[in-house]
Amino acid sequence: MAATPTTVTTSTGPSTPSPGYWQRLRSGDEAAYVITFMAAAAILAITGLLVLELYTNSSASRSKFGWSFLITSTWDPVNDQFGALPFIFGTVVTSFLALLIGIPLGVGAAIFLAELAPPKISDALTFLIELLAAVPSVIYGLLGVFVLIPILRETEPYLKAALGWTPFFSGPFYGVSLFSAGVVLAVMIIPFIISISREVILSVPGDQREAALALGATRWETTWDIVVPYAKKGIMGSIFLALARSLGETMAVTMVVGNDPKIKASLLAPGYSIAAVIANEFTEATGQLYTSALIELGLVLFALTIVINGMARLLIIGADKYR
Amino acid sequence: MTNLHTLRRKTVNIVMLTITGLCTLFAAGTLIYILGYLFVHGATSLTWDFFTKLPTPVGESGGGMANAIVGSGKLLFLASVFGIPIGFLGGVFLAEFGGSTFSYIVRYVTDLLNGVPSIVIGIFAYTMVVLPQKHFSTLAGGLALGVMMIPIAVRSTEEFLRAVPDSLREGAVALGASKAKSILTVVIPAAKNGIMTGIMLNLARVAGETAPLLFTSFGNRYWSSGWEQPISALPVMIFTYAVAPYEDWHKQAWAAGFVLLTMVLTVNIIARAVLSKRKHVAR
Repeated sequence: MAATPTTVTTSTGPSTPSPGYWQRLRSGDEAAYVITFMAAAAILAITGLLVLELYTNSSASRSKFGWSFLITSTWDPVNDQFGALPFIFGTVVTSFLALLIGIPLGVGAAIFLAELAPPKISDALTFLIELLAAVPSVIYGLLGVFVLIPILRETEPYLKAALGWTPFFSGPFYGVSLFSAGVVLAVMIIPFIISISREVILSVPGDQREAALALGATRWETTWDIVVPYAKKGIMGSIFLALARSLGETMAVTMVVGNDPKIKASLLAPGYSIAAVIANEFTEATGQLYTSALIELGLVLFALTIVINGMARLLIIGADKYR
Repeated sequence: MTNLHTLRRKTVNIVMLTITGLCTLFAAGTLIYILGYLFVHGATSLTWDFFTKLPTPVGESGGGMANAIVGSGKLLFLASVFGIPIGFLGGVFLAEFGGSTFSYIVRYVTDLLNGVPSIVIGIFAYTMVVLPQKHFSTLAGGLALGVMMIPIAVRSTEEFLRAVPDSLREGAVALGASKAKSILTVVIPAAKNGIMTGIMLNLARVAGETAPLLFTSFGNRYWSSGWEQPISALPVMIFTYAVAPYEDWHKQAWAAGFVLLTMVLTVNIIARAVLSKRKHVAR
């Protein structure tokens, strides 16, 4: 049994029989390559199949409504009229709200954990916060229904007193609302923003900080004017990842959003989201067109998250290059 | 003037630093509050019947979720059978045979698959299994969870294999082992702990998935009679019970949430302990 020249095995496919081919096959190298290659190809196949299934199974809805599916707001299963706008609206508004609350808190905490807290405390707190990311979304929903909504009901009068003059905080409040969904989503995405942003901030070279401090900058000026701009791309990446997650989040939103396909200016009104309507109506959908419209919503959601995830990836890779 | 300027800078410094501290306090406080609330409510709602009895009909109090616990187990088993081999072997491919354009594409698509919302994966399993069979089944639920496991299995396997120093591979090859043999007998055993931990974390993640199960495994108030039949799962039960208008069901939902979260967090804490120990040794 002579040793095989390992340099060739990695690059040669099974279809090119070279002098040592049979020997390599016997020693298992080609077999290992082929087996793992097939698994890798299977991943591509599954993803391709997923896109194909979404596309073909939504054909009835796509051919009937065309692009107007995205911009009409009637959702009437009884008369077979389907428009996705209220759901797209709800998904975008709740995610935007989540970012509005989540970004300052998440980035602030990441700055504290990376720059100010003593390493031991920082590690312990990060450990705790990262555990939050592992909590299943249905549990966030459960807490949203029984903990957050009662709290919001109590704070709602104050909220209205302060912001009631805007159209965003007017009208009656039943507890379930776009606002509640946004708050639950914020709680869910904060751990993501913290853990990734902290990593990125920690990777900023120490001499950047030392140089700024030596020039007489305060701790905060060093952090805000030197470290954060340096880590900006990575932080943006973490925000996009968080956005992608909140766009696709289903259970927690379904449980607190109110499930009402209307477009209203007030955040205190119940709304709906793409993922929530699929979760709620899929099993009840009668008729091919209804199911097909729901699958098209799935396709829309898929496209939306792919774009956002792609941007996050580009930003984080960009940040990697800096290191 | 200068003094005033310095004072302002110092004040901004202290104020902003305090604010970041408050942000951290809020984030960590949320966790403690969530866990505390769930543990108190969950633990007090938990009874022995929860683990041993079937759900009772509406209006009757008592009962448990024995079928959902077993159901979650069966779904996770199916998901592992489907997802782990593909994910593991794909990870081996990327770590040991990577470097080509093909492996770059695979890595990219894997990340893409990881970002697909779970509800969309549910639709996929629905069109693949439920639609042709014309009924909900354990199989469909297992497929959905299995697809969700693949990208994480690929990533963690690749990561831990890459962490194995090249000197080990070179040593094995220098002793006359083929590449396949060195992977099987040297590289994978060296990364075994990491890979196993990755699989445990992966299982803990999909164990809490609800959305893809709603229209694949559907749910069942009785014991599921086979792989072809609908089956109950713990997270789906939490959802159903939490949105129902019965006080008694809410209690059961808390108990189920407690059991699910305890399991998920225990796995996470153990996994992190194992991984950080490994890191210390490497350092």
